[in-house]
Amino acid sequence: MQYTQTIRAITSRIAVLPRRPSFGVSASQVLFLAAVSIVALTLLPIVYLVIRAAGTGADGLADLLSARTLTIVGNSLTLVAAVTLTSAAIGIALAWLIARTDLPGRRVWLILGTLPLVIPSFIGALTYLAAFGPRGLLQQALAPLGVMELPSIYGFAGAWLSLTLFTYPYVLLPVRAALLMMDASLEESARSLGANRWQVFRRVVLPQLRPALASGMLLTALYTLSDFGAVALMRYDAFTRAIFLQYTSSFDRIRAAVLALVVAGLALLLLVLERRLSQTRRRALNRRNVRAGGASTARPPAIVRLGGRRLPALIFCTALTGIGVFVPVGVLVIWLIAGIQAGIASQTRSLLEITGNTAGISLVAAIAAAGAAIPVAWAGRGEDAKGRWLVNLAYLGHGLPGMVIALALVFFSANSLPGFYQTLPLLTLGYVARFLPVSLGSTRSALTQVNPRCEEAARSLGLPPWRVIIRVSLPIIWVGVVSGAAMVFLNTMKELPATLLLAPTGFRTLATQVWQAHNASYMSQVGLPALILMGVSALSLGFILRHAPQEEL
Amino acid sequence: MFSRSTLVKSAIGLCLASLLLLALPAMSAAEPETLTVYSGRSESLIGPILEQFSAETGIRVEARYGETAEMAATILEEGANSPADVYIAQDAGALGALAAEGRLAALPSDILERVPATFQSASGLWVGLSGRARVLAYNTDLLSEADLPASLLELTDPVWHGRIGWAPTNGSFQAHVTALRVLLGEDAARAWLTGMVANGTAAYDNNRAVLQAVSDGEIAAGLINHYYLYPALNENPTLPVALHFFPAGDPGALINVAGAGVLNTSDQPGLAQRLVLYLLGNAAQTYFATATYEYPLISGVAIDPRLVPLAEIPTPEIDLSDLSDLQTTLDLIQESGALP
Repeated sequence: MQYTQTIRAITSRIAVLPRRPSFGVSASQVLFLAAVSIVALTLLPIVYLVIRAAGTGADGLADLLSARTLTIVGNSLTLVAAVTLTSAAIGIALAWLIARTDLPGRRVWLILGTLPLVIPSFIGALTYLAAFGPRGLLQQALAPLGVMELPSIYGFAGAWLSLTLFTYPYVLLPVRAALLMMDASLEESARSLGANRWQVFRRVVLPQLRPALASGMLLTALYTLSDFGAVALMRYDAFTRAIFLQYTSSFDRIRAAVLALVVAGLALLLLVLERRLSQTRRRALNRRNVRAGGASTARPPAIVRLGGRRLPALIFCTALTGIGVFVPVGVLVIWLIAGIQAGIASQTRSLLEITGNTAGISLVAAIAAAGAAIPVAWAGRGEDAKGRWLVNLAYLGHGLPGMVIALALVFFSANSLPGFYQTLPLLTLGYVARFLPVSLGSTRSALTQVNPRCEEAARSLGLPPWRVIIRVSLPIIWVGVVSGAAMVFLNTMKELPATLLLAPTGFRTLATQVWQAHNASYMSQVGLPALILMGVSALSLGFILRHAPQEEL
Repeated sequence: MFSRSTLVKSAIGLCLASLLLLALPAMSAAEPETLTVYSGRSESLIGPILEQFSAETGIRVEARYGETAEMAATILEEGANSPADVYIAQDAGALGALAAEGRLAALPSDILERVPATFQSASGLWVGLSGRARVLAYNTDLLSEADLPASLLELTDPVWHGRIGWAPTNGSFQAHVTALRVLLGEDAARAWLTGMVANGTAAYDNNRAVLQAVSDGEIAAGLINHYYLYPALNENPTLPVALHFFPAGDPGALINVAGAGVLNTSDQPGLAQRLVLYLLGNAAQTYFATATYEYPLISGVAIDPRLVPLAEIPTPEIDLSDLSDLQTTLDLIQESGALP
């Protein structure tokens, strides 16, 4: 009995261990070479940035250690910590309500709770300024009660509020998935041994949530560190704002490069943490699959009756999604109406072109990033150390703010590749460098579903290596590749800082259009492009949620 | 899951769409005459007149918009590879800086002679296109004329704590600080900046945002260029904002110009000069006077009746070409903590 169980555990373990099937030398070597060139291409600009910043020598170092730089480091880290903790608290609470209770309308709350993912942070922050600013809509509504001015939300408070509301879905989704997949027996045993609900949650549920929670929190932290829109609009002196101001209002671009490298270093630290945790998480998943011997023996946990706590729970959900979704959309609709009254119809033609630009370039970036992810993911298959390193290097871009990548590409291309400077291919390269890790994630997890034995069988039946890849492997990983592409599409649609710096002269996207209209204080021209942007993003988010495996979100 | 054939179809569709997108710029590049303009003036102010130029001449204008210093730094970074033909700045200092770096080509006399000598480069490398006055815009509900400061330097007084706004990233503001350095010396300029920061002066992204904050009452007064007020008044005639011109000889009363220069790396200097000449023509100067409420710089174009005539604004003795040392100003602004 003991013996057969061990055998079963070992064999199922082997089945989930990804192994690279032995192909003809040429095919896998070509793929590896492609992977190396792709990763090199995405990292080249950063290398250039390092060289450039190192060229400043002692001056650069003095800059690095100046009190001003340290203040910015402090500001950024404070914001990252605050946003990550509040996002985690909100994400766990909402996930638990949706996954484990009899809260009415759980499906609706899930959708509304996920929707902030389609709101670019700069648009969200813009609407919060209009709604909650010292003389915003809320103050105007309260004016009859004698409220003449609200406390300022500029600075830390505003950045914290907006980033928390736009990042908690990164915690909500994986935690909800983990709560749904948990085996009920552990919690039932704890209950039967006398633990109360809170004790069960703290001592049994929370430890099991740790991997999902950690990866969600790290995503949140990375997002916060690299976000530009919210801190720029809330005028909080975090890294990205400091770099942008340095870049736009000064001749000294080396300081911008030095600051960019500091934030890149911080992001790298977070990233190393994230990789380590996600490996632990993957192992935990595998262990569970092994233990469960498939999913059949795990029972879904019982649903908690909220009873009298139903009302506060509903109030919490309503307030959260109200501020997170309905306030931004509401303010945009108000601006849209103002725009229609001001005769926005005259711009609809150019807006059509801009929407085409945005969807087009996002599509190109999505296809390029998904295509680039295939050879890189392939190289990282199996236990080969070279391949694993390559994958880890490819994940670097994930931690780099769009601003840093764009800055590096501007420096690099203006000096070394003038033919590509300010062209769509260069912009696409910027997007791919930034979002390759996004498509890589889902492509890699799709690859783990390919049983190498199928490929070996096809090979032994006489199919040449290339055709094995095309006819056996690709069809299996196709869905993963496409959802990876959809995620890149969504991210590219929302991208602002890299687009501002890299776009060819005269090439506008919905994001840059909103930014320009805001800079010119033409709020009536913000509504329509922002709503189109969010509408198209929502479509791609719907696609992702339908097709991506739960634990990958 | 979705079926294989839909996937294949959608994949083919995606590829076609992306090919089309990549083909679009190639098609537009086939057009014969295209000028590339780097503009430190925002699209809303300069875009319409550039479009009018294109419509009248058939020359396509591709404009890249950014901050004045950003565009100048971009040109310096690009070196000989710069695609820009014309640089439009919102202050004379950045033009002077590019001229000092040897990046501007001398302009022909038919351009230079249209503008008074005080509003162009001494060596003929750039010209002013329109004039603007630095002013203190104030909220008339919060302040009366009697409350207004007699000098820019008084704004560091604790009475104004947290009540003043400025736009430290803005080219016009930076030029004003350069003027302070030239007029009062480094130390006095530094003292003023640090005093302002210590006095809780609120930083905004641009002049418009400062004006908005003044009219909302978020701050009592803010340093801006004069012409931002009038479009806002057109939209809302009851706006509680008025302009305060600092008295004679005060460093607060600066007249600066927005101007243009032709890059010496331009491969079509003739076309570039044609654009600059057009911007100094009657149509463009009338546009600056009536649509953006600036001061036209050629003779014979009337100003908006609400404006104080240029000759009546007491301005300190300063040569605009002296404003070219922008980098020192930027270092100073950063040192003071006004910029992170």
